[in-house]
Amino acid sequence: MTLNVLAVDDSRTMRDMLSMALTGAGFSAVLAEDGEKGLDALKEGQFDAIITDINMPNMDGFSFIGHVRGQDQFKSIPILVLTTEAAPELKAKARNAGATGWVVKPFDPPKLVRALQLVAG
Amino acid sequence: MAVDREQMGEIRALFFTECEELLEALQDGLEAVSNDTSDAETINVIFRAVHSIKGGAGAFGLSQLVNFAHHFETALDEVRSGTIQMDTVALKLFFRAADLLADLTQAARAETTHAPADLAEIERALEELVPEPSAESGGSDSLAQPPEFQPLTLDLALPGLDTAEASGLVSEVLYFAPTAELFVSGSEPLYLFRALSGFASVTSECDIEKVPPLDQLIVDDFHIGWNIHLSGEYSAQEVDEVFEFVQGLCTFRRGTAEDAPELPKLNNPQFEAGETEATTPNPPPAPTVTSAKSTATIRVDLDRVDRLVNLVGELVINQSMLSQSVAEAKQPPSSSVVQGLEEFMQLTRSLQDSVMRIRAQPVKSLFQRMARIVREASAEVGKPVQLKTVGETTEVDKTVIERLADPLTHMIRNAVDHGLEPAEERLAAGKPEQGTVTISASHRSGRVIIEIADDGAGINRKKVHEIALKKGLISAADDLGEAEIDNLLFLPGFSTASTVSNLSGRGVGMDVVRTSIQALGGRISIASTPGEGSIFTISMPLTLAVMDGMVVEVAGQAMVLPLSFIAETMSIDHSMLEELGRETQVVHIREGLAPLLDLGTELGIREPLEDYGDYVALVISHEGDAHSVLIVDRIIDQRQVVIKGLQNSLGKIPGVAAATILGDGQIALILDPLDITTNALGRTKIAPLALAG
Repeated sequence: MTLNVLAVDDSRTMRDMLSMALTGAGFSAVLAEDGEKGLDALKEGQFDAIITDINMPNMDGFSFIGHVRGQDQFKSIPILVLTTEAAPELKAKARNAGATGWVVKPFDPPKLVRALQLVAG
Repeated sequence: MAVDREQMGEIRALFFTECEELLEALQDGLEAVSNDTSDAETINVIFRAVHSIKGGAGAFGLSQLVNFAHHFETALDEVRSGTIQMDTVALKLFFRAADLLADLTQAARAETTHAPADLAEIERALEELVPEPSAESGGSDSLAQPPEFQPLTLDLALPGLDTAEASGLVSEVLYFAPTAELFVSGSEPLYLFRALSGFASVTSECDIEKVPPLDQLIVDDFHIGWNIHLSGEYSAQEVDEVFEFVQGLCTFRRGTAEDAPELPKLNNPQFEAGETEATTPNPPPAPTVTSAKSTATIRVDLDRVDRLVNLVGELVINQSMLSQSVAEAKQPPSSSVVQGLEEFMQLTRSLQDSVMRIRAQPVKSLFQRMARIVREASAEVGKPVQLKTVGETTEVDKTVIERLADPLTHMIRNAVDHGLEPAEERLAAGKPEQGTVTISASHRSGRVIIEIADDGAGINRKKVHEIALKKGLISAADDLGEAEIDNLLFLPGFSTASTVSNLSGRGVGMDVVRTSIQALGGRISIASTPGEGSIFTISMPLTLAVMDGMVVEVAGQAMVLPLSFIAETMSIDHSMLEELGRETQVVHIREGLAPLLDLGTELGIREPLEDYGDYVALVISHEGDAHSVLIVDRIIDQRQVVIKGLQNSLGKIPGVAAATILGDGQIALILDPLDITTNALGRTKIAPLALAG
């Protein structure tokens, strides 16, 4: 199943890696560099899932998720959080913010794809 | 899913480019804190820069970089949360850590694992800065722990699942009953079933026991559970991974088939893995990546830009050939050919400017490197120094920036080492203890001007004169003006330091600086005021590919002189000349005297002329107010020329900088007027002027 994924990360390297991993799996990807740009992108397209970084300028990942979940049409859109640490507190924090799951950076592309399939089919 | 190694290589290269930007942001942030111009966001920017470097480095298995970035990040996180104050001590450490981070990035880029000597020391200092984690502070991203991820190697084609424990034929029954929260978090049980069916054969029975009667049903609640029968060759870990995201959001049990409760049968309770497979469309449509309107920049390989620059160069040559043909065809100015050509020339000019602008970069990165040089030099000689930068956004050709780094480094070190007085002397002279080195960049008439100023004692001219005498660089009979004495610093082998210090005593002096700047078509001059400091001014062309030149004829040959060196053109009559000795003459110009040189004679292609009355004189401007006058037969044209380097095998040809192709297809040499006037044959009593070049 091909997914249209919105990937939000302020690091160009990370955006490129996400794009490589996603297109490599046959998905399409729209890339945005912070939460604000991510919200803009959401208005423009139809997405099956969102992947977002936490530490970003302008609007960080947690408030981005908050804004997304605050809109009715995105109440149940799967959101994966990219974290650098796999600490349980961080996972709990991500979930409290409304994330569906998480991917620990640096991610291994097949693992990222598996995580996406878990939440978006 | 195969991951392209080549693509990884590209991303790796991109990562290092991004690191440069992040390191710049880090440096900027720290400087803002140190200048008291920071705001609440600054620490976040600093933190993110280090955090992103760590994240990227992890992806490429750069463990040394990851580890150090982690230490740095941990300390910064404490600052962010207010546990540590960013005081002078911490700031100084962070500056050093930032420098070290830059070194480690550089080492990683060069694929060396050479650890800088102060790595352990700074790591320890960062650790000491961070207070022992207390019970309350443990929540904050738990950064205090070492990174727990395993850096990936570049070989990403490894199947991720094979790391699990040894597989064998297994069968088990899972009980899975989602809560309503599971759906709120965006999870969907169907996908979990699909994931399970990816590695095991799956059948399921639905548990509807908890479903209330219809009149008591709350739509938002969830009452269904499943017994999931799994069999196949899979590991327990694979199952755990599937349910990782829904932990705490469901009732989940694992057991053998016997443990599973008997469930009431439904009409169609079975979930066949095969069915879900069938819903998956097989060939996925071509993947697309779009950017959310956010990216206003694109990355282009430098080679491509250079190819474009070369092509535009060819176009300029082609255009001038065309102009020449049109001129020879004697078309009336109103003809469409002439008018069309004029438009073509304008377009070529703007095309060329635009292409050059692609290669242009702000000097900021260069200045930031200098900030580090100042910090290091200041620490080494024990003089407190602050660096001020002006005009960081001034844009200059990338190559010019790169080649300026070495000469600037040397000059900055000189300014700290020789320019500034020791703190006690400064205090005694009523100056602030901390010395200031200012580096500024600006555009002036098609060139970039870079100034390095210090507020030190100024050049000790008496000492400079003595040393030059002692070293035989000048003779006692030479009567030198202040500017001429200052310019002695540029003579080969000159060094005023009484002890060879670690900083500037590396055997190269200002002569090397001057040579490297001149090699780029630049000029350097010095101005100094006793007690107030010295200013070195570098003037550079904006680009190294094209220049405005004056095409002149000398003894039947066409030659090109850079327009930037020509202050004016004039004709000369006898009343303006003064004899100096038998072979030399000087010209009265601009209320002063300038040596008269015949270009033909200097180049050795003709004998000196009897009378220069019918010839054209070009006034060549040197640094400062010095001039010299160069005689040519006539001026042919003034136009842009494409600079074509001479073959290296020809070696350094005195007086010649490069070559170009003229409109008629002729090859002409581009001369270096300063080299010619400096090494002029006619140099006798006015020799000190020549030093000015």
